Amino acid sequence: MHDDIDFTEFVTFTVAGQMFGLPISRVQDVFKPSRITRVPLAGAEIAGVLNLRGRIVTAIDMRRRLEANRREDGASVMAIGIEARGESFGLLVDAVGEVLKLADVEREPNPINLGGKLAALSDGVYRLEGQLLVVLDVDRVLDLRGERMAA
Amino acid sequence: MDDLLREFLTETNESLDRVDAELVRFEQEPNNGEILGNIFRLVHTIKGTCGFLSLPRLEMLAHAAEGMMGQFRDGLPVTTEAVTLVLSTIDRIKSILDALELSEQEPAGDDVDLIGELNRLTASQTMPPPAPRSAIAPPRSAAIADGKEAAQQPWAERSASERFEDERGDRLANHSIRVHVETLDHLMNTVSELVLTRNQLLEIVRRNEDSDFKVPLQRLSNVTAELQEGVMKTRMQPIGNAWQKLPRIVRDLSADLGKEIELEMHGAETELDRQVLELVKDPFTHLVRNCADHGIEAPAERLAAGKPEQGAIRLSACHQGGHIIIEIADDGRGLDLARIRAKALERGLATESEIAAKSDAEIGNFIFMPGFSTAATITSISGRGVGMDVVRANIEQIGGTVDLKSTPGAGTTFTIKIPLTLAIVSALIVEAGAERFAIPQLSVLELVRAANGGEHHIERIKDTPVLRLRNKLLPLIQLKELLQLGPGGDERGFVVVTQVGSQIFGVVVDGVFHTEEIVIKPLSSKLRHLTVFSGTTILGDGTVIMIIDPNGIAQALGRLAPQGEQIEIGEAEAVVEDDLTPLLVFRAGSQQPKAVLLSLVARLEEIDCRRIEASDGQYLVQYRDQLMPLVRVDGGKLKQDGAVPVLVFSDRGRRMGLIVDEIIDIVEQRLDIEVASERPGLVGYAVVKGSATEIVDIAHFLPQAYADWFRRRDPRPLPAMRRIMLVDDSAFFRDMLAPLIKAAGYHVTSAASAAEALAAIRAGARIDVVVTDIEMPDMDGFELAAALRRDPATAGIPVIALSAMVSTDAIERGRRVGFHDFVAKFDRAGLIAAIKERTEDLHEAA
Repeated sequence: MHDDIDFTEFVTFTVAGQMFGLPISRVQDVFKPSRITRVPLAGAEIAGVLNLRGRIVTAIDMRRRLEANRREDGASVMAIGIEARGESFGLLVDAVGEVLKLADVEREPNPINLGGKLAALSDGVYRLEGQLLVVLDVDRVLDLRGERMAA
Repeated sequence: MDDLLREFLTETNESLDRVDAELVRFEQEPNNGEILGNIFRLVHTIKGTCGFLSLPRLEMLAHAAEGMMGQFRDGLPVTTEAVTLVLSTIDRIKSILDALELSEQEPAGDDVDLIGELNRLTASQTMPPPAPRSAIAPPRSAAIADGKEAAQQPWAERSASERFEDERGDRLANHSIRVHVETLDHLMNTVSELVLTRNQLLEIVRRNEDSDFKVPLQRLSNVTAELQEGVMKTRMQPIGNAWQKLPRIVRDLSADLGKEIELEMHGAETELDRQVLELVKDPFTHLVRNCADHGIEAPAERLAAGKPEQGAIRLSACHQGGHIIIEIADDGRGLDLARIRAKALERGLATESEIAAKSDAEIGNFIFMPGFSTAATITSISGRGVGMDVVRANIEQIGGTVDLKSTPGAGTTFTIKIPLTLAIVSALIVEAGAERFAIPQLSVLELVRAANGGEHHIERIKDTPVLRLRNKLLPLIQLKELLQLGPGGDERGFVVVTQVGSQIFGVVVDGVFHTEEIVIKPLSSKLRHLTVFSGTTILGDGTVIMIIDPNGIAQALGRLAPQGEQIEIGEAEAVVEDDLTPLLVFRAGSQQPKAVLLSLVARLEEIDCRRIEASDGQYLVQYRDQLMPLVRVDGGKLKQDGAVPVLVFSDRGRRMGLIVDEIIDIVEQRLDIEVASERPGLVGYAVVKGSATEIVDIAHFLPQAYADWFRRRDPRPLPAMRRIMLVDDSAFFRDMLAPLIKAAGYHVTSAASAAEALAAIRAGARIDVVVTDIEMPDMDGFELAAALRRDPATAGIPVIALSAMVSTDAIERGRRVGFHDFVAKFDRAGLIAAIKERTEDLHEAA
C-alpha cells in the first residue's frame, strides 16, 4: 500500500439485498431501534421517532427511501445513527456489516444505467469481490423535502 | 457589527447608565465608596476589554483613569479637582463609545489632555499607610478590581495578604456575573434531560416494590427538582424589561397624535422566561401603539364624551397557575363594530349572513385576521403592514392566547395568556387510534365523555360532527380521522374541549390518560411541515410521543368544517380557573350522581360482563396480563351480559376496578365538600353541576379488592379531607401548589405570609398540616415553625418545609425548630408523599 493514497472507511449495511456504505465520519453509532413511535401524516420514508438515550431520533426507513420492497413484519432491523445540523437521525437498514477501508481512487462513478432513487442518492460504487458496494450521500439521503419538490 | 464589540458596548452602556444616575450624588458625596466602586469597575472593565478589541484610545484613557480611581478606592480622600476630572473622563468615554457604536471604530484624536491630568494627579498623591485602608473605605466596595490587576500598578505595591483580602472583597462586591444566554440555554436543555431521566428512573423504581434505589432516588429527585428550579430562575426576567421602551413610545405617540396619554404599568416585576420575554416584546409594542392610535380618542372627543382629556393605557401582568396573564387596556372609544362588520364584508372575510349571525365578541376577533385594518387612514403609527394577525401569530407561536374585550365608549382590553416557560409544560396525554399524544393543558378547557345514550353524545349536522354542551353546539374534530389513523365515525370517546383564541372546539379522542409535565423537544426538520404537531416529548416510560398543536387543529378544523354553520360561543365560560378540581362523575347503585377525583383514576374501561369471573365472592377480570379485582360501589350483583364501565385505580403496580352503572361526565370545578359524611365509602357531598353529588372515598374500596392494599404502608384507609395550610409569599407557588394538593384530596387554605397563617390558625382554623416556604420576608418558615411549637394549642401540628435549597444545615436547623419534613419546591410527588405521611401519622395518633 502506498502512503500517499487516500482511504475512506465505510460502515457497510444491506437494504433489500443490496450492500451500501456510508463514510464512517458521518456515522454516530449503530443501534437496535426499539419502540418507534409512528408519526401520523408524515411521509412514508419516516418510520417514526424514537428515544435514544434521551435524544429524539427521527427514524428513516431506508427500504422506503430507496423504494425497495417493504420489510416483512418481524424481520430484523438495525439503525445507523447520524447527526445532521444538530438533529439526530436513524437510518433503518436490514443488517449492518463490517467497516471497510477503501481507497478513494477505486471508487467509480455511478453506472449510467443505475436508475431511480439509487442514482439520486448514490455517490459512486466500489467493485468488491463478489458484490458491489453503493456509497450513499448522507445529505441527499436526508433531503426528503428537496427531492419531493424537485420531482 | 462584531459580536464581541456589540457585547462590549451593551455591557459598558449598562454600567454607564448606572454610573450616570449616581454622578449627581458623586458630586455631593465624593467619598461615597459605593459610587467610587461603580466608577472604578466601569473604567476597569473598559480597560480590560479594550485590549482584546484593539481600541487603543479608550484603553489608554481608561488605564489612566483607573490609576487615579484605584487610589481613591484605596482610601485617599477625593478632591474637587479630582471629581471634575472624573466627570470629564466619563463624558469623554461616552463620546468615544457613541462614535464607536456608529462607525465601529474609535474616532480620530487623542486624550493627551485628560491622560496628562490624570497621571499628574495620580503621581502627586502618596499612599497612606496600608493598615487603616479598610477603616477608611466602606467595606463593601473597598476592593472591586481583582487583586492581581491592582497590584501591577506601580503605585500600589502591596503585600500578598492584602491581595488576598482584596480578592475576598471582590467576591463580596461582585454579586452578579455575566453569563452568555447560550450557556443558560444549554444548561436548561441538560436539566430537561435530567428531569426526563429522573422520571424514567422513578417509573422503574415504582414497578419494583422493594428497591434499594428508592431512598437515593428520592434524594436525586429532590436535587433534580432544585436544580430545575434554580436553572429556571436564572432564565427568569421581570416582564418590565420588555416594557422599558414603552413609556418613551407612548410619550412620542402622544406628541405625534396630539393626544394626551398616560401609561400605567402594574406588575412589571412579574418574572418570566427570557426566551418568552424576547418573543412577546414586539407584540406588546404593537398592542400599545394600537391602543394609542385607534383606542384613545382625541382630547376634544374625550371631553365631548364626558371623559377626562387625558386617556390612559394600562399594562398589567400577574402570574396565574403556570401562566402569566398580561392585560393591555385603554379607556378609549372601544372597537367600532359597525366598521369592522363593513370591513369584513368588503374584504370578503365573511358573507353578510355570517356576519349577521356573529356575536360582538366574534366580530371583534376579525381584527386578528390577516390583512385587516380598520383605521380609515393608514397612519404611520399602527398601519405599517404589521397587523394584529402578526401579533396573534407571534403569541400563538409560543403556545399563548390573545383575547380581546371591548366596551363601546369605555375602552378595549387585550388579554394575553402565555406560559411561563417554553421548556416544560403540563400536557394531557390522550389516545387516538392506539397511539398516544400530548395536548398542552394551556388550551384545554374541560373534558367531556361522549357516549351513545349518555348525557353527551356526538351528533351530526350534515357531515359535521358536533356536541351539545350546556346550551352551545361545539364543533368537533376526530383526532383519529385528522391524523389518518383510522375511520372516525365512532360516536363515543372523550371530547377534549379546546380553546384557541376565541375559537372553542372539541377534539374527539379514544381515551384520556392523565396529565404530565412534559419537556418539549423541537420537531425534527423532516416533520416541521406537519402543522398539527408542535413538538415531541419523551414520557416517563421512555416512549416518544407527538405533541398536538391546538392552533394547527384549529386551522385544520377551519379547512374541514363547511363554512356557515354558526355556533354560539359563550364568553364567560372560556375562562379557566385555577383552583378547579377535575372530577369524574358517574352513577352507580342509586340515581344520585357520584364523583371521584379524576386524578385518582388511572383509566376508564368498558369490560364485557362475560369476561368477569366470580371467585370466592370476588369479581375478577383479566386485565393487561393481570387479574384485576372488581368492586361494585353498592356491593350489589353484576348483570349477566353486555359491557359495564369500570374505573381503574392503580397504585404501585396493583390495579382495582370499580364497576359503575354509567360514566356521566368529567367536570372541572371548585371542590367544596359541603356535608362531610359518616357513611363508609363516602367523603361527603358536593354540588357538581347543579346537583348534589356523593364524593366517593376510593380508600374505602381498595381494601375490598386487596385486603392488604394499605397494609404495605398503613393498615387504615386514607382519612377524609385533611386540611392543609399552604404558606408561601409567592402567589405563583401558591397557585401552582394549591390545586395540586387539592387534587390529591386535601382541603387547602393558602396564606401569603407566616403572620397571616399564624393569625388564621390562632383564630381557630382547623389545620392538620402546615406546608410552608422557608424564605419569606418578615417572618420566615423557621420562625413560623418555632411560633407554632411555642403555643401548646398548635404545637402538635406537623410542619412541612418547602424550600428551594435543601442544605444539610437547613435540615438540621429545621429539625430543631420542629419541621417534620423538607421537600424541594418543585418536587410535587415528594410534597404529596410527605403530606400523606404526615396525615397518616395523625390518623394513627387519633
